Amino acid sequence: MRFREYAVAIFAVLALCMLPQTAAADQDEPKVTTTKPPLTEGIFPCSNCHASMPPNKEKRDLSFHTEIQLKHGDNWCLNCHDLTNRDMLHRASGELVPFEKLYKVCGQCHGNIYRDWKIGIHGKRVGYWNGEKTYYLCVNCHNPHSPKFKPLPALPVPAKPLEITKVKPSVPVMIEDKKLYIPETGK
Amino acid sequence: MKRRDFIKSTAIAAGGLLIPLDKSDASLWDTFFQKYFREMTPEEKKNLAKRLENEYKEKTGVNINIKTNEALPAVKFAYGLDLSRCIGCRRCVYACVTENNLSRNPQVQYITVLEFKNGEKWVSDLEESNKYFDHKEQPEPGHFYMPVQCQQCDNPPCVKVCPTQATWKEPDGIVVVDYNWCIGCRYCMAACPYGARKFNWAEPQVPSDQFNPNTHYLGNRPKFKGHVEKCTFCIQRTRENPGKYPACVEICPVGARKFGNILDPESEISQCIEKKRVFRLKEELNTNPSFYYFFSL
Repeated sequence: MRFREYAVAIFAVLALCMLPQTAAADQDEPKVTTTKPPLTEGIFPCSNCHASMPPNKEKRDLSFHTEIQLKHGDNWCLNCHDLTNRDMLHRASGELVPFEKLYKVCGQCHGNIYRDWKIGIHGKRVGYWNGEKTYYLCVNCHNPHSPKFKPLPALPVPAKPLEITKVKPSVPVMIEDKKLYIPETGK
Repeated sequence: MKRRDFIKSTAIAAGGLLIPLDKSDASLWDTFFQKYFREMTPEEKKNLAKRLENEYKEKTGVNINIKTNEALPAVKFAYGLDLSRCIGCRRCVYACVTENNLSRNPQVQYITVLEFKNGEKWVSDLEESNKYFDHKEQPEPGHFYMPVQCQQCDNPPCVKVCPTQATWKEPDGIVVVDYNWCIGCRYCMAACPYGARKFNWAEPQVPSDQFNPNTHYLGNRPKFKGHVEKCTFCIQRTRENPGKYPACVEICPVGARKFGNILDPESEISQCIEKKRVFRLKEELNTNPSFYYFFSL
């Protein structure tokens, strides 16, 4: 009898200690809408294929996913992908993270960038400056398997002062669902 | 007839001849006697917008909307640009051209992207920069980039020199031009230390099917030959509640461009100023720009 009361009291104290921690974890996440992670069509959920495969955590060259060139950290899938739950990522603590919240995985190593991203210094936001904003996820700009930003094609050079009236007719180009008008380049 | 009367009547007749009578409809009369925009009542502004909309429709057959709304209360716009991220792809230049109906021929562009070699003298001396860089892909290794556009100065030298007060600073921090009031003397272009003001050397041409119909009187409405124009932080997009980001912010593929209300401590731009070491271009000239450059790396 005495022991049970004692146990209940200890349990209550432990539960109280946990509370502020979970609250802090919630605060840590930005309350915003983000874009969708750019998963290759048909590849998700990963468990579709992986369910029938025995998990193998040995670091090796894969016979599938060969298009992925890993150039990130110490180059092993299971640093971020989870071994047992294939449809989730995991943090170093073992906490599972869905793909939509992958910034929590990236933020473990890139803490300063994560901090900047949350307040809008790093990364891109679209929408309304005084209203609803959409944050781009890390993987919308950086390929998670090879995160260095890739060069982009350059748009036409401005005309020199004596040639401003000899500009070719402007034609539409689509860039990220936006129609831009640029002078015809003839390429 | 006295000599004095003769001169008087000749002068009046000559003055009368200056008004082309063959086209003297109400619209022309209104154009000739248009009041100063800042002294107009909201009703007069609305009529003015309607007149300009009709003029554009007559010319091209396309319907556009010209807004005349005033600055939002408790808003002061500011802009941030992360020089560690910019890759010099010029997407902002053409997003701006498209959004603001800038003349395609002769070419007018509000944003100039400058290229510098790594380690080169810059900021204090932009002479070494290259604005005509031409590479297949951006960024070119060994170079860095600095886009320059209107810095929306709080102490704007361009406004001080305007002889007709056709340009002024709005309460939300945007320096605007009334194209109907501008006489094209280009004093402001000489006064601006950033080369941000652009002149329409010939009749601006924008294909009517490419014309952005969402316009503002002080922003991207149809323009004419012989007047000065400039970046307005996309006044037609941003001066709304909720207001969109400027076109250059929205297109930037590296997220180097930041925009917001500097009076709101939570806005991206306020956070940039608080957390990063920012600088303003040619600060020593005391122009007090609202445009902050910074390095995030």
